Amino acid sequence: MHANHTSKLILRYAALTLLAALIVFPIYATIVNSLSSPVDVSRGFIGYPRALQWDNYSKAWNQGHFSRYLFNSAVVTVAITIGQVITAILAAYAFAFLRFPLRRTLFVGFLLTLMIPGEVTILQNVATITNLGWKNEFSALIVPFLASGFGAFLLRQAFLQLPTELREAAFLDGYGHMRFLWRIVVPLTRPAIAAMGLFAFLGAWNQYLWPLLVTDIDQRRTVQVGLKQLAAGSVDQITITYAGTVLAFLPIAILLIVFSKQLVRGLAAGAVKG
Amino acid sequence: MARILKKRIREAFLAYVLLAPSFVVFAIFVFYPFLKNIEIPFYSHTGCRGFGVNRVCAEEFVGFSVWREILASNEFAHSLWVTLKFTFLTVPAGIGLGLVLAVIAHARLRGITIYRTIFSSTVATSAAVASVIFFSLMNPRAGIWRLHIDGIPILEHPTWALPAVAVVATWQSLGLAFIVMSSGLQALPDEVLEAAAIDGAGPFRRFARVTLPLMGPILFFAFVVGSISAFKTFAEIDLLTPGGGTSDSTKVLAYGVYEAGFASGDQVRAAVFATGLFICVLLLTLAQLRLERRVKYAR
Repeated sequence: MHANHTSKLILRYAALTLLAALIVFPIYATIVNSLSSPVDVSRGFIGYPRALQWDNYSKAWNQGHFSRYLFNSAVVTVAITIGQVITAILAAYAFAFLRFPLRRTLFVGFLLTLMIPGEVTILQNVATITNLGWKNEFSALIVPFLASGFGAFLLRQAFLQLPTELREAAFLDGYGHMRFLWRIVVPLTRPAIAAMGLFAFLGAWNQYLWPLLVTDIDQRRTVQVGLKQLAAGSVDQITITYAGTVLAFLPIAILLIVFSKQLVRGLAAGAVKG
Repeated sequence: MARILKKRIREAFLAYVLLAPSFVVFAIFVFYPFLKNIEIPFYSHTGCRGFGVNRVCAEEFVGFSVWREILASNEFAHSLWVTLKFTFLTVPAGIGLGLVLAVIAHARLRGITIYRTIFSSTVATSAAVASVIFFSLMNPRAGIWRLHIDGIPILEHPTWALPAVAVVATWQSLGLAFIVMSSGLQALPDEVLEAAAIDGAGPFRRFARVTLPLMGPILFFAFVVGSISAFKTFAEIDLLTPGGGTSDSTKVLAYGVYEAGFASGDQVRAAVFATGLFICVLLLTLAQLRLERRVKYAR
């Protein structure tokens, strides 16, 4: 009986390890190749590099414009995240705590935005951006994403779960709506706001199609679009491509490890509702 | 009376102020372009003069004729077919693998956190990162997987490029699938599984008879959400098979919108493709809402 238990445990670990190895292999191969010489890479070499070629990273950083791309991505992502969190908090408060004409209609309008994917509207949006003269401007990358129907919906749900006595007590104490929102509602729903913010952050960082269409100069390209430039390079540049990929991947990997709890919450909720 | 009315008006005013930032963005960048897309194919644009912003065309209402023409075209049917194939190749595989990983990692074992971290690791890769990783690894001259079929590099193969792209997309979404399935599994009541074990049900029977039915709603949500995102796939296609593949073999609907609107400059065709894409996503969303209601009533 005991031996049977042990062998089952070994089997489970074997299965876990095999699956983990399969999943992580492409990332492992990318990291190894990013530190190898082009000669080793073209031989299909995937062991430990003979001499670590940190040079690949400095080339991706400088000649590959990755310093610029990463900066642009950071600016755009932070601006979108902050913007979406603020507009979603405001909208969620209105839907959760205020009474006003057309409330239902407007709420349905917010939900409708969830059903219209960005891929459907890009054509006219690029025309709008061009007419506004925003092509290759940060505003083109940021402004269209400063509101989130999903975020407003998620936070409204969180706000509605607060006990109603809280609100009555706050108003008896002479709190106005804004003070109640920022002093009581927001602090109490921080986990939901953090999850929503992380979700917004990932979405903004990972965008590909939109930045591809509204930027065509290195000065304004984001990391994801920059990767396309790098991938299109010649074969002897492939080690630089690998290094660039790691640079695009690393900040998010670190962030996700730090915020793994919020991630699981946000992604699970987002996958079900978004 | 007057005071209550005044309070009401002030509350409504505040609400509109709070909603205004979101609504302005939605009006300009969601509702306007969406309606414009629908409007464009109803007019024929002939006799255009000038260029760029100053371009002026004589517009003539043509009813549904353009819609019919484009929706019935081989090109649209082909893109829709490729999109369906892609969805079929990615979604069930992603959910199945995510579920298998979640079940295997659902145990209190030493070091399980490390495995769970690795299983969810691909959430850190964007579609673009995953595509460039595989594009480089499959590079026919410098990759570690120089896969050829019939002597053609796999990503340039008219039949096998789409399945190859599907493998990349599935790998990229595996982390998310694992997280969703894991949290679904953790929400299951332990007592039910324990009771089944005490009744002598083996692990496979327990999985098929207890876990799977209980996971039903989550599996369905994952299926719908996965299908919606499969329908919108663009980055993987653009990066792995630039141009939409050999003989358009990977030209999904979203790529069709891009190709028509930006490479060919055919605004009308692009608008119809985009609206077609919207209708597909809408049907999937309605299916989800229907089920959500059923689950709610069942509780």
